[in-house]
Amino acid sequence: MRLLQLIGRVVLTFLGTTGRLALFAGAGFSHCVRPPFYPRIIVRQMVDIGYYSLPVVGLTAIFAGMVMALQTYTGTSRFSAESAVANIVVLALTRELGPVLAGLMVAGRIGASLAAEIGTMRVTEQIDALTTLSTNPMKYLVAPRLIAGVVMFPVLVLIADIIGVFGGYVVAVYKLGFNASIYIQNTYNFVQAEDVISGLVKAAVFGVIVTLMGCYHGYHSKGGAQGVGTATTNAVVSACILILAFDYILTEMFFGT
Amino acid sequence: MSQTPPKIRIRDLHKAFGPKVVLDGLDLDVGVAESVVVIGGSGTGKSVLIKSILGLLKPDRGSIQVDGEEVTGMKPGDREAVNRKVGMLFQGAALFDSLPAWENVTFGLLAQKRVTRAQARDIAVAKLAQVGLEAEVADLYPAELSGGMQKRVALARAIAADPEIIFFDEPTTGLDPIMADVINDLIVKITREVGATALSITHDMASARKIANRIAMLYDGKIIWAGPTAGIDASGNPFVDQFIHGRAEGPIKMAVRK
Repeated sequence: MRLLQLIGRVVLTFLGTTGRLALFAGAGFSHCVRPPFYPRIIVRQMVDIGYYSLPVVGLTAIFAGMVMALQTYTGTSRFSAESAVANIVVLALTRELGPVLAGLMVAGRIGASLAAEIGTMRVTEQIDALTTLSTNPMKYLVAPRLIAGVVMFPVLVLIADIIGVFGGYVVAVYKLGFNASIYIQNTYNFVQAEDVISGLVKAAVFGVIVTLMGCYHGYHSKGGAQGVGTATTNAVVSACILILAFDYILTEMFFGT
Repeated sequence: MSQTPPKIRIRDLHKAFGPKVVLDGLDLDVGVAESVVVIGGSGTGKSVLIKSILGLLKPDRGSIQVDGEEVTGMKPGDREAVNRKVGMLFQGAALFDSLPAWENVTFGLLAQKRVTRAQARDIAVAKLAQVGLEAEVADLYPAELSGGMQKRVALARAIAADPEIIFFDEPTTGLDPIMADVINDLIVKITREVGATALSITHDMASARKIANRIAMLYDGKIIWAGPTAGIDASGNPFVDQFIHGRAEGPIKMAVRK
């Protein structure tokens, strides 16, 4: 009986959370398209999420590209298919590594800061204060962050793709002795619009996941500093897991047969 | 006053959190331009009362009328119209720490697009002067202000939109006695100046005596006594007597282990 109770409670909690999250997301998105809008806040969030994430995303991408070139060279050289290095690097980066690694890094950076900021506003009654000042907190706090996430993640991932390919190029040309122009030619010939676009669509979805998780956990945090800490952890962990899960689902949708 | 309908009229208000009943059939009237202070111990549901009126919490049942208009179960749009008549001073000031003081003060006005950003600054400086703060404070961020100054900026924000009703949630908590008295004086002065109806909750009797026309005591989810401030010492109610004299012994039993 104990076991059944436990299973029941876990299932109910899961369904309850899913439902609350869906309602929260629905309310958040509906406020994205209904006035009034807060352009100043949207721009500020875009700078926060986009511009200030560039160093971390750039560093992640360049090392990912470099290590990809090194590893695929080791693999392909065993059956003298070294020329495939350029192809594999660009494919892996645009389809998978760019969006997923950038998503995970920004989940840590942005998910945590959103949850901490909104969570603190919740426990210090600032969210209640918004309501009393005829401002809808969903519209003022959540909607601008969702918009900024959806817009800036693809931009970040596009930059990550370029930097990552460059990282692969550097290793291939300067360490592995590839011909520079042939490497670029191979990359350029092989990559297709579909590869890049699928990566950018993934990025937009990850942008929603990260900002939504940050806002949701922050918004529902309670109980002072400890509650905010829990909210921050939950935001980052849930965002990371959802990114990996949705990565599979989206890949299946794009390329599955 | 008995002829005009009350500004706020609460009947049979119930609210429970899980098994814990907080409000259990509360009735309260607040007349136009009257200042009512609800006193009661910690955890008796004073904050729940104010948050229910503001729509931040949804009461389980009962009626809350503001200006004769039922506000429980209101649509969000209508709710916003009601909240436009309302100002609220939060216990912890609840200033937006990403915004400077002047933007905090005029936040409601800017949100309602009643003023432009250029006008807002001048209004903020005037409102800050009303609560005894210098113009320099306008550009400081909440983290750079002392507790008393934060409270005053929050007070300026509560009155910025010339509300008809102002709620004060523990206005003197966390302040030294002198600053508490300064805040009390400001509350009396300002509610009189804007002619607003005030509903405050506090457990600070000095504050209650100073700002109230009428005092109501909340105990066990109900208003157990209400009357003019002058009559509180002769209420004849053992609960009220125990509370205003701050005695541990009496009919109110605190949940402490002996």
